Amino acid sequence: MGGWQTATVVGMHDETPRARTFRLRLSRPESHRAGQHYVVRLTAPDGYTAQRSYSVASPPTDSASDEIDLTVERLEGGEVSGFLHDAVEIGDELEVRGPIGGWFVWEDGPALLVGGGSGVVPVMAMLRHARATGRSDLIRLVVSVRSPDDLYYRDEITGPEVTVVYTRAAPPGVERPVGRLTLDDVGAPAEGATAYVCGSAGFADAASRLMVDAGVPVERVRVERFGPTG
Amino acid sequence: MARFTRGFSGRSRAERDPRLPPGQYDARDDWPVLNAEVTPDLDTATWTFTVHGLVRNPTTWSWDEIHALPESSYEGDIHCVTTWSKLGMSFTGVSVDTLLAAAEPLPDATHVMAESHTGYTTNLPLADVVGGRAWVVWDVDSGPLPRDHGGPARMIVPHLYFWKSAKWVSGLRLMDHDERGFWERNGYHDRGDPWLEQRYQGD
Repeated sequence: MGGWQTATVVGMHDETPRARTFRLRLSRPESHRAGQHYVVRLTAPDGYTAQRSYSVASPPTDSASDEIDLTVERLEGGEVSGFLHDAVEIGDELEVRGPIGGWFVWEDGPALLVGGGSGVVPVMAMLRHARATGRSDLIRLVVSVRSPDDLYYRDEITGPEVTVVYTRAAPPGVERPVGRLTLDDVGAPAEGATAYVCGSAGFADAASRLMVDAGVPVERVRVERFGPTG
Repeated sequence: MARFTRGFSGRSRAERDPRLPPGQYDARDDWPVLNAEVTPDLDTATWTFTVHGLVRNPTTWSWDEIHALPESSYEGDIHCVTTWSKLGMSFTGVSVDTLLAAAEPLPDATHVMAESHTGYTTNLPLADVVGGRAWVVWDVDSGPLPRDHGGPARMIVPHLYFWKSAKWVSGLRLMDHDERGFWERNGYHDRGDPWLEQRYQGD
């Protein structure tokens, strides 16, 4: 991981009413691994700074990436996420630093991925990486969202290796009754699978215990919790 | 020097508390939970804490034994590398000085590895856990430390970023060299002073 660098916003689009993906062009391209994150730092004219971490949604590439996608959920009163959603325009420059993290990363081997709400972002990078390298047979992804409006990457995420669980409201045609993630949704993990669980603290706690109940050894459960970090 | 971000003025600076290190915000009533492993359910009947490595008397305390040691409290602030801080916290347990006094570090001990029942580790200079600056605690704000915050007992080293304050702590291993712990191997700083913004390796 390098120090701070400037990145230019070259694209943005909404994933949901509350989540937007920003495509950043890095001034100093870096290789990243699926699941890593970047820090975004905002600086006011008087030197005041605010920084937050956001997972990279785009997959690793063969050479260093000069563009990365960060998906940012807008949090109530979020100083950084609110600014990114409301004020940032194409062509703006942001200070970023990364990629960071060496634990919540997937490169190979069977993996059971579980993302709750905005926690889908780092596991989406893993799914994209698996698909891009022709290894989606290694991956099973379970996404938990409150309603269809909360599903990120909806046009891309569906596939035989992906299950979407709706906890409050489901789209027409979904037979599973709405409700929290259960063992039935998770199914039997593949032999030797590592579980990657990402979401809010409450979701991560429940889902990580579910992984253990499903038979994943506790030392093979990797957890990333999103706090209310604005 | 940081460059300005177009259009960003930030929250009103009138609200900013001088107890907040640079780049931190006041989490107020929230106490975010951040850990990388499954939250363990530890039984105090079998819980132990061990000081080992470069010590004259490797020592293990049971839950009752460690509670029989002189009580010590920390009143003050904590700072997480993910940029939240919590001001005016109160933790009660035992000072690491008391534990080290029993185990007697050898003269060549320079660093410690804090170890957890989950396998989590974090490295610290020995100098950062002596002199009334580090504790093993079981109460927070007058109640038992909740499991998701490291209960039944965790380290606190509040003058450093809070990942140094190992949850579910199981012991300290004294070493004659520095060695990277869990987050330190994964890009985070070896010391982690929030006032110097030592967040990542290289800071």
